[in-house]
Amino acid sequence: MTEPVIEKAVAVAVEVETVPETTWDNANMIGEYVRDHFGADTWLAWGANAGICILALVTLASLTAMILVYAERKVSARMQRRLGPTRTGPCGILQTLADGIKLFFKEGFKPKSADFFTYYLAPFLPMVASFLILTVIPFDKHLQVADPELGIIFVAAISGLAAFGLIIGSWGSNNKYALLSGMRSGAQIISYEVSLLLGMLLIVLVSGETSLQGIIESQSGNIVDWWIIKMPVVGFIAFIFFIIASTAELNRTPFDTVEAESELAGGFHVEYSGICFSMFFLAEYVNMLIAAALGVTLFLGGWHAPIESWNVAGFGWIWFTLKTSAILFAFIWFRWTFPRLRIDQMMDLEWKFLLPASLVNLLIAGVLLSLGWYFT
Amino acid sequence: MDLVSCGVPPGFPDTASNDGCTEEFYLNMGPQHPSTHGVLRLVVKLDGETVKGVVPHLGYIHRSIEKMSESQTYLQGIHLTDRLDYLSCHMTNLGLCMAVEKGAGFGVPERGEYIRVIMCELQRLQSHLLWWATFGMDLGALTAFLYGFDQREQITDLFEEVCGARLTMNYFRPGGSSCDVPDTFIPRCEAVLEGMKVSLDEYEKLVGGNMIVQERCQGIGVLSKEQAISFGCSGPIARASGLDYDLRRDDPYSIYDRFDFDVPLGTTGDCYDRYTVRIEEMRQSMRIIEQAIKTMPSDGPYRSKLKPVVKIAEGHVYSNIETARGSFGTYIVSDKKTKPYRIKYRSPSFSNISILNDISCGFKIADLVTILATLDPVIPDIDR
Repeated sequence: MTEPVIEKAVAVAVEVETVPETTWDNANMIGEYVRDHFGADTWLAWGANAGICILALVTLASLTAMILVYAERKVSARMQRRLGPTRTGPCGILQTLADGIKLFFKEGFKPKSADFFTYYLAPFLPMVASFLILTVIPFDKHLQVADPELGIIFVAAISGLAAFGLIIGSWGSNNKYALLSGMRSGAQIISYEVSLLLGMLLIVLVSGETSLQGIIESQSGNIVDWWIIKMPVVGFIAFIFFIIASTAELNRTPFDTVEAESELAGGFHVEYSGICFSMFFLAEYVNMLIAAALGVTLFLGGWHAPIESWNVAGFGWIWFTLKTSAILFAFIWFRWTFPRLRIDQMMDLEWKFLLPASLVNLLIAGVLLSLGWYFT
Repeated sequence: MDLVSCGVPPGFPDTASNDGCTEEFYLNMGPQHPSTHGVLRLVVKLDGETVKGVVPHLGYIHRSIEKMSESQTYLQGIHLTDRLDYLSCHMTNLGLCMAVEKGAGFGVPERGEYIRVIMCELQRLQSHLLWWATFGMDLGALTAFLYGFDQREQITDLFEEVCGARLTMNYFRPGGSSCDVPDTFIPRCEAVLEGMKVSLDEYEKLVGGNMIVQERCQGIGVLSKEQAISFGCSGPIARASGLDYDLRRDDPYSIYDRFDFDVPLGTTGDCYDRYTVRIEEMRQSMRIIEQAIKTMPSDGPYRSKLKPVVKIAEGHVYSNIETARGSFGTYIVSDKKTKPYRIKYRSPSFSNISILNDISCGFKIADLVTILATLDPVIPDIDR
């Protein structure tokens, strides 16, 4: 499995040097197009490529956050026998935009005793982390900003950055509630990262790929070739663990001890207002998309259609969106159903259950793989 | 800025125990905090996440209701009792009305008594539903909050139909109530109960049957029977600790002795017992209302005829009733004038909140919120 990838990487490297005609072999469709029209190694091509990609990601992130907030409010409203937003725009779809504009023009209030540097640095870090991860999310075969060889390692490395934002922000705002919340977020994100990575490691182990496109390619075929079904029990368990760990990483109910409005009155963002506050939330919702997209990439076949003949080149993103939406709906469903765990129960769940179980799961997968029983 | 340099707040011992590794600090919860349900202020001593001591600070909503009552006639004073425990305002009305009836020596007609019992039990149901809703919210289950309010709304609508008010009803008067219930009341009430039985079971599964709720409540905030007695706790909190005491059964007022109902008891006195006792009490309240609806006389006076001016014989009277939070006492000292010489209310929330420090030490800060939610204090009832 690894050999074709190396060949492909070499091919891409060669391609960049020689600038041939469009082959659509690269994951980044835009980059390919730009190279064709502006030349490969000009500053113009570099700038255009980067500019278009950044613009696309910012648009995607803002739109995603808008749609997710709207979806969350509508879904929760339906679950609670309410209507949700109805007034702003048709069916209230502009409500998030209105809220965003309101937050944008609100006064950014800084407490007198807060530390200037850390207080204002903190909202950027989760944003930066989520934008960086968005660059490697494969929305379609050719719809990805970059497909590094070690894509999954990149995701793991960058996602830790979001925790810094929360900790720095809570420390910088010099508030006891924020401090407690920051300590909780540090403990929580570091702990659940372990299970999350073990889930990713399982897929890397069985697929023999570390690039995200490679992992999706390893699941090409029908629905039975997706890793969740291809590894009958192990894959399903790993998927469930992945979703649990993602929910914890996202600080969403039942693991929202960091925010905990009934205990810590909002926690890390208790002293933030205006645009800084909304940046934390933008990052939170983009992270939701990322977690769902990673779940789809690793376990649910990425942009592949459930039946092979349904695959239409250039329209894989529709399948990707559908699968991602299903996981996102599950996240929203969890949030409006479960109460919150206590911090020590949450740690117990990770260190006494999820981590050992993930390790055993990984071990079983490894043994089965070495015996050559399935997944080939 | 040092986070811990603010000194020792009032109520705590001066000597801070310091083991050299971690530093304890004080956290101010409230008066504006989402889980203190009003303007209760708690100063919490924390060691990391662990609660080392809690000092409740009262008085943020003190309105001098007892003093104000002295300058108003007995009838004028009724509306002030609504503002004590605003979630059981029919019952606090009843407390004053019963004391006045006792002192002035007149009775209540049969239909009036039935109206009183039905309204009081509907009120208990409504109060417990609101508690259930906010309990869910304090644990982070926001959907439970909306469901609880949805059910409560139906009872509030019933009250609105009967007396025009939704929160501070001011419905009972010495000798009966201010007006008769409308003809549609009984069928509407039956319909509400019918729907509530089904949805209560469903909703109870959502919260009480949830594993996370059970994990977070069992063994948390254990109140022993002896502690409950020595702190003067009453109501569901004392009953959850195994104290078999319900004024409706043990000192029946109004016509409670005519109805058949159980007094649910807990065994351990932890948060989960307090939860189950309240849920069971809601079912028992529904039982009482059903029996009352069946046997209620369909006509007759709802209020006995009073003299234009109500006066109480010189001396003192005391009435004791069971509100949704516990035993509520009204003590009137009269000098035979139209206005009381002194009125004292014994409010259950005040005694119930006093155990907070004893039962929450050693637990986590999240448990403090759970304990406070299961104690179900109403802050205006504490401060009066």
